[in-house]
Amino acid sequence: MLIRKPSDIEPSEITDRALYQNRRAFIKSAGAAALTAGLPGWFAAEAAIPGKIALPPIRKSAYSTNEPLNSLKDITGYINFYEFGTDKYSPAVLAKSLRTRPWTVRVSGEVKRPKTFEVDELIKLAPLEERTYRLRCVEAWSMVIPWIGYPIAELIKRLEPTGNAKYVEFTTLHDPDQMPGQRAFFGSLDWPYVEGLRMDEAMHPLAILGFGLYGEVLPNQNGAPVRVVVPWKYGFKSAKSIVGIRFVEKQPLNSWQKANSREYGFYSNVNPTVDHPRWSQATERRIGDFFKRKTLMFNGYAEQVAHLYAGMDLRKYY
Amino acid sequence: MRRIKAALFVASLGPLAYLIWLGFTGGLGADPVEFIRRSTGTWTLDFLIITLSMTPLRRMTGWHWLARLRRMFGLYAFFYAVIHVVTYLWLDQLFDLETIWRDVIKRPLIAAGFLSFVLMIPLAATSTDRMARRLGGKRWQQLHRAVYAVAIAGVIHFWWLVKLDYTRPLLYSMIFGCLLLARFVYRFRRNAPAIPTVQSAARMRDGRAGSV
Repeated sequence: MLIRKPSDIEPSEITDRALYQNRRAFIKSAGAAALTAGLPGWFAAEAAIPGKIALPPIRKSAYSTNEPLNSLKDITGYINFYEFGTDKYSPAVLAKSLRTRPWTVRVSGEVKRPKTFEVDELIKLAPLEERTYRLRCVEAWSMVIPWIGYPIAELIKRLEPTGNAKYVEFTTLHDPDQMPGQRAFFGSLDWPYVEGLRMDEAMHPLAILGFGLYGEVLPNQNGAPVRVVVPWKYGFKSAKSIVGIRFVEKQPLNSWQKANSREYGFYSNVNPTVDHPRWSQATERRIGDFFKRKTLMFNGYAEQVAHLYAGMDLRKYY
Repeated sequence: MRRIKAALFVASLGPLAYLIWLGFTGGLGADPVEFIRRSTGTWTLDFLIITLSMTPLRRMTGWHWLARLRRMFGLYAFFYAVIHVVTYLWLDQLFDLETIWRDVIKRPLIAAGFLSFVLMIPLAATSTDRMARRLGGKRWQQLHRAVYAVAIAGVIHFWWLVKLDYTRPLLYSMIFGCLLLARFVYRFRRNAPAIPTVQSAARMRDGRAGSV
């Protein structure tokens, strides 16, 4: 039913292909969109791209997949970010209220050099790379997203964690004035949003701190100004808009585990053989497809990450 | 009456028309299948609410013609349920009966929805005047009380679908709760002057006043 208009792009424009394609499609459908008004976030998504804050030069990465990218419109319009409401179209609209400068990230806990970073300092800490990753949501849909960032390991190396640092805990901003979802008194998470990784997971080269996507600075609704991206785990493991990184000895209690430990664990690796108690994880719908496809072990990153879990019962450590 | 019914018949196609229109204008969002499924699922519950409201409304207003809309709304609930179920059977499971059956027996979420839908089938099939006559009023009525089970299983299906934000399932539960409560109230308020329907008038003639 979704009619995609044929592309009318000149070959010379190919570098910014996806962006332009999207804008043109957007302009064409804008008239109709204004009338539908059913999904304002999805149509308004494009306007939310800041693009004012420039990123340093970006390198390509061998870790990128060459699968077809999801459109900027889908990536910036269809999002789970409960700080901005529990439905997937509201973050694109409500995240406009988020102020991403000034922004600091406080590093604390078991490190020799605890420090509070200005986000612009953090961006320049290591060379930025484009990492095109698959993202698999625990709700059984997926996307392919060209993130920009660098391995979390780059930061960790510079901080010199102590021997007691067994886990890294990430905390999202807690500010109900800016984040309307945090004002909900019913049917939401406990704030602030907390996520965590085991030290070896955080040090893995695939796990990155994300600062941008599609060649530009992260749109607010995608977790600006800095977020975690862990492509072999369900999307909720990748905390957005983080303000705290803490090195700890004990396994952190992540927000979804706290909300429902029977359904969401600490590890939350993408695993087609371990179902969510209420639905199957064997298949997923790639956004843009009509039919479902098979979900791959560790979201297709088994070759790179399976060794991290050697000997572990992944049914028990879901 | 005829005109009101015809207008409501057309209006009830509104949700479907809206979906089709959104489909052609690219308005179904990033995951059109999910959008269609969600909206047909909630429209099924909405039409169940409308269907179950007809009797209390008739009691309150005394408008007997409302009883004659009940069947049409019930069939619309079934109609939207069919679209809802087909998106699951076809787009999610590719009509792979073995996987579907495994899903039904393994997952309470799917089982509740499946039960709700399966129970609707005999009700839809016996909705014609002819089938009602063949079954006889009393047996027909007994069979069609299954609509309460359809509604309850449907709402449970909605509860089990939600990850965290239970606002809407709660709202639907409260509405269905009120509609069920209304039945109990009518049942136990035997002394209250009931407004006769065609059936209850017939019963009264037979000296069996005061049920349901």
